[in-house]
Amino acid sequence: MTVADGELTRKIFVARRETGRGWGELILQGISYFFLTFGGLSMVVPFLWMVGTSLKPAGEIYQTSFFPSSPTLANYQEVIFRTEFPHWYLNSLIVAIISTTSVAFFDTLAGYTFAKFDFPLKNLMFLLILSTLMVPTEMLIIPWYIMSVKFNWVDTYWGIAFPGVITASGVFLMRQFMTGVPNELIDAARIDGLWEFGIFYRIAAPLVRPAIAALCIFNFLGNWNAFIWPLIVTSKRLTMTLPVGLSFFSGEAGSDWHLIMTGATLSVIPLMTVVIIFQRQIIQGIALTGLKA
Amino acid sequence: MLKLPIRIGLQRKRQIWAYIFLLIPMAFFLFIRLAPTLFAFNMSLRDWNPLSPEQPFVGLKNFAKIVTELENPKSVTRKAFQNTFLYVILGVPSQLVLSLAIALMLNHIRRLIGLFRAVYFLPFVTSTVAIAWVWRWMYQPQFGPLNVWLDLLGLPQQPFLRSPQQALPAITAVAVWHGMGFAIIIFLAGLKQIPEVYYEAARIDGAGRWALFRHITIPLLNPTIVYLTVLQTISFLRMFTEVLNMTRQGDGGPLNSTTTVVLRVYREGFGSLNMGFAAALTVVLFAIILMITIIQLRFLTRRFEY
Repeated sequence: MTVADGELTRKIFVARRETGRGWGELILQGISYFFLTFGGLSMVVPFLWMVGTSLKPAGEIYQTSFFPSSPTLANYQEVIFRTEFPHWYLNSLIVAIISTTSVAFFDTLAGYTFAKFDFPLKNLMFLLILSTLMVPTEMLIIPWYIMSVKFNWVDTYWGIAFPGVITASGVFLMRQFMTGVPNELIDAARIDGLWEFGIFYRIAAPLVRPAIAALCIFNFLGNWNAFIWPLIVTSKRLTMTLPVGLSFFSGEAGSDWHLIMTGATLSVIPLMTVVIIFQRQIIQGIALTGLKA
Repeated sequence: MLKLPIRIGLQRKRQIWAYIFLLIPMAFFLFIRLAPTLFAFNMSLRDWNPLSPEQPFVGLKNFAKIVTELENPKSVTRKAFQNTFLYVILGVPSQLVLSLAIALMLNHIRRLIGLFRAVYFLPFVTSTVAIAWVWRWMYQPQFGPLNVWLDLLGLPQQPFLRSPQQALPAITAVAVWHGMGFAIIIFLAGLKQIPEVYYEAARIDGAGRWALFRHITIPLLNPTIVYLTVLQTISFLRMFTEVLNMTRQGDGGPLNSTTTVVLRVYREGFGSLNMGFAAALTVVLFAIILMITIIQLRFLTRRFEY
């Protein structure tokens, strides 16, 4: 009786509060939509302005309208055919693919080994990997540069990619996920006579596929947008990556803002399209892993 | 008794496999991460010019030079450190407050959540270089949209990147804008983990909105806030790309008002080829990042009493 009574009072109380909140709730929702729209516009407008400028003929860029009165693709023609943009694209793509493939394989393998094997010096080795996370990249670029000069890695794909072919955060992340793979499965595979690499490749890795996918996406984004190291290790225009090329190109273009914005649009749009398509997975990936590209 | 040797054999075999699996990753971390870190320390103690045949050991001379420059009010290095801290002080709190506010609102509304989330996420996946140039164009005097809108509102036009007073806040704003999508998503994930029952229970006890926010949301969001604070502080301490691309000739101007420690490292190391001095600067940066991280983890992870 008393329990039911309590339950009833609670319900009445909640209901009262709910009705009491009606107007406040409505106003709060309204305010939220207002600010979210305002903020959302501030996120989109710079990109619209970028695309708008890229479609303007040279004579029109100092007109303050957002979109051109007579849109033209001439700027795109000029940037694609008269500059090294296609090379920069290709370089960025190759470097991002090299490092992402390598990270997907080695980070997962190392994570699996730390999660599922016991061997001497295991903790020390893991600690060593984690400790490298504390050192900022900026501290390593000077030694990396000296190394690259010595081994003739300057202006090569390997030279741009090597600092990122394995990542400590990735190893840590994959160890977390690999811990969740049931030991029974691994033992069963052993009893069936599958060799150790086969167990990793056929049994363990497929079970953590979502984590590998998240790792790949962030690694690809990070490499695609990387700036400081590619800036240092490339010295020729033809070997630059997209961000470095864009930076040089824009610096030289002076006040040709229509060309600079064309370059920016070209470097932003393809990836943005991919991201919009995979938006849900990427956002879930961030929430899942806390990784920052 | 007979089985024992076989068992040991199996275990050995597995250990050997573990070492084989870790061979390349460990070689990477030793030679590409650990050795260069030690090498950077070594370089910071030398007068290192890549063009000269010898790199003489000079002890703490480079660090002494940093200290002297920090004491000189006119030196660029001092300015660089001051600016870097300013970026952190302006950038981190505004980024946290804004993204928490947006995350709370996104958590509150019932429609269009996916659309808003995608929109706020857009800048985060775009390269910093492209964003820097787009904003440089947005900030243009006279023709840039921001000044056009100021005009429309009847307000005076602003020099933004061309003024020593406004350039640093203007660049900070771009960095905040750029990183917001990430912080919002982390906050949203944190908010989702707070059990709804806590709010219900508190409401039954008669708690108002502010009390719910102050005594449930904030304390339970504490790990998220710590995580983001550490991450964003480090990224503002490493400010470089925005400044290089948003200032004339990438010089950190006007009048060095936007230059940062990492920009100094770049200019000293790869412009003037003072690599020893540049390495010393990176050692100092490393020490600062380490210290701030430890302090923040200490202070922000204290447990809340309910």
